[in-house]
Amino acid sequence: MDGPEEVRARLAETGYLVDDGLATACFLALRLHRPLFCEGDAGVGKTALAAALAEALGAPLIRLQCHEGIDASQALYDWDFPRQLLHLRAAEAAGAVDAERVESELYDRRFLVVRPLLRALETWPSVLLIDEIDRADDEFEAFLLELLSEFSVTIPELGTLRAEVPPVVVLTSNRTREVHDALKRRCLYHWFEHPGFDRELAIVRRRLPGVSARLAEQVTGLVQTLRAEDLLKPPGVAETIDWAEALDALGASEVDAELALATLGSVLKYREDAERARGALPAALKDA
Amino acid sequence: MTVTGRADAVFLAFARALRSAGVDASAERVHAFLRAVAEVGPARVYWAGRLTLCGSREDLERYDQVFAGTFGGAPGERRVASPGLRLTVRDARAGPRSRTVDGPEGPRAAALAGSAEVLRQRDIAGLDPAERAALRRLLAAFALPGQTRRTARRRPAGRGGVDPHRTVRELLRHGGEPARLRHHERTERPRRVVLLVDVSGSMAPYADALLRFAHAAARGSRTEVFTIATRLTRVTRDLSHRDPDLAMAALARAVPDWRGGTRLGELVREFLDRWGQRGLARGAVVVLLSDGWERGDPELLAAQMRRLRRLAHRVIWANPLKARPGYAPLAAGMAAALPSVDAFVEGHSLAALERLAAVVKGADDA
Repeated sequence: MDGPEEVRARLAETGYLVDDGLATACFLALRLHRPLFCEGDAGVGKTALAAALAEALGAPLIRLQCHEGIDASQALYDWDFPRQLLHLRAAEAAGAVDAERVESELYDRRFLVVRPLLRALETWPSVLLIDEIDRADDEFEAFLLELLSEFSVTIPELGTLRAEVPPVVVLTSNRTREVHDALKRRCLYHWFEHPGFDRELAIVRRRLPGVSARLAEQVTGLVQTLRAEDLLKPPGVAETIDWAEALDALGASEVDAELALATLGSVLKYREDAERARGALPAALKDA
Repeated sequence: MTVTGRADAVFLAFARALRSAGVDASAERVHAFLRAVAEVGPARVYWAGRLTLCGSREDLERYDQVFAGTFGGAPGERRVASPGLRLTVRDARAGPRSRTVDGPEGPRAAALAGSAEVLRQRDIAGLDPAERAALRRLLAAFALPGQTRRTARRRPAGRGGVDPHRTVRELLRHGGEPARLRHHERTERPRRVVLLVDVSGSMAPYADALLRFAHAAARGSRTEVFTIATRLTRVTRDLSHRDPDLAMAALARAVPDWRGGTRLGELVREFLDRWGQRGLARGAVVVLLSDGWERGDPELLAAQMRRLRRLAHRVIWANPLKARPGYAPLAAGMAAALPSVDAFVEGHSLAALERLAAVVKGADDA
């Protein structure tokens, strides 16, 4: 791709609308082969970006969901022990005598279970999504740091496997804890803001083409108002889409106070927030 | 697109300005910045720099300021902060002072005004040998194993659940003959400790000692430190210097609001919104070091303390005034907070702080 503008156009074709900053970020990630570290509130489209990038590049999306205690055998590779054992028994039954050969066969490539990270190294082109890195623990972060700087893996029984061209890597974090600086330093850092009214409306219209224009406008306006309120969890774009979808499923082409309150659960997930919104909604509806 | 040497000099000066503004723009980042500018052209220098030189949301605000200073004004592509954006540190809204029925004004504040000045100077002054000895005692108190939680990670062990990986590996090594079963068990990890240190005017005589205490606490991993007065400031990074004098000097630079008034309720809410609810306070031991003088609405503090308690493993409140003869938690803030506090301890002396360290580490309640 030639420049941020082309990245933006290609992503728009997949239905993912980016602003100038994110377009530049994606372009640089592709050009400099640097991982893109995405931080921001939940539901602002961090994970969706990886999917859109994969679609725009025509590359498979390889996803690694992080969790506490995740280790190399879940993220990188593992040996298929049952099959290795079967192979051993079969060799025994066939009366194999060359022990050395049997042993070398045991650690053959076909017994290797390839996990997302190794698959991404071996697939070109590919987009590797390392989702919610903040949920993994320090040990895994250190391991990832090594992998993302070398883009190669050493398997003792097989040797070193190296990515000829590094995959496009997108890391996301919800910021439940601070990710180590050493890891961030190797990445491009992008903070996701909630989009403004126009862009959010365009996103809703793009994602839900069946929803009436009036409804999409109203819902977007309401969510923008809610975000300005002092909420425990301000709704993200994902919630805006959920809300519009819920109202559409009820057959509404326009929101009124009653419908809005009935479907409030699809945008606000805390009782305190819902109560606060109940007070603010009627006034906001008049404006929307 | 090529960037001339003169332009490079401008960009390097920009990176230097960023560093002095507190953004950790290391050589590696600057190198990436120059490469990025070369890729996207000088028209997008704002984004090229922001993507490569910043490493956290806190950096962005400083970045915007330095960028405006170096390149003059905001470029057209800069986005206006959305109304929902919460800044890193926020001035608490100035409330009517008449509400502070028993605020820090009055005889107490007058008595303490002098020592507050001492605090500022001593923060940068070095430690004398007696203080160093005291600090070592504090460090020793923090060397306790601490409260732990079970993690999802397992490690090899003599007993516990069967570890299929190692067992089968062993089996393969012996040519498929059944071998000894290998076991593993869950590891334990110390719980995160979060310290909220009140550095407002009424706490001035104690703030120095409490911050040294925070420094000792932050020596171990998984401790986060915030200061509260009129603003909430995250100082974990500033305290990461091993040398206590360097750490205190960094802290003095980082905290903008020494000796301001306290709006505990709003700042606890700020902490929970920005950090706590996302995970920092979840399952953690949260320690508030404050005298509980609240200038704002005590009801807000009570509500936020209830919220904090739902998230945290334990909430500990250390109040230096508790040791005074005849002290009763009558201050509106303190009284509002107490129902949500698991342990209410003193914090006026070294011995009390050692005791606090023990409580943080899971000793019996004081």
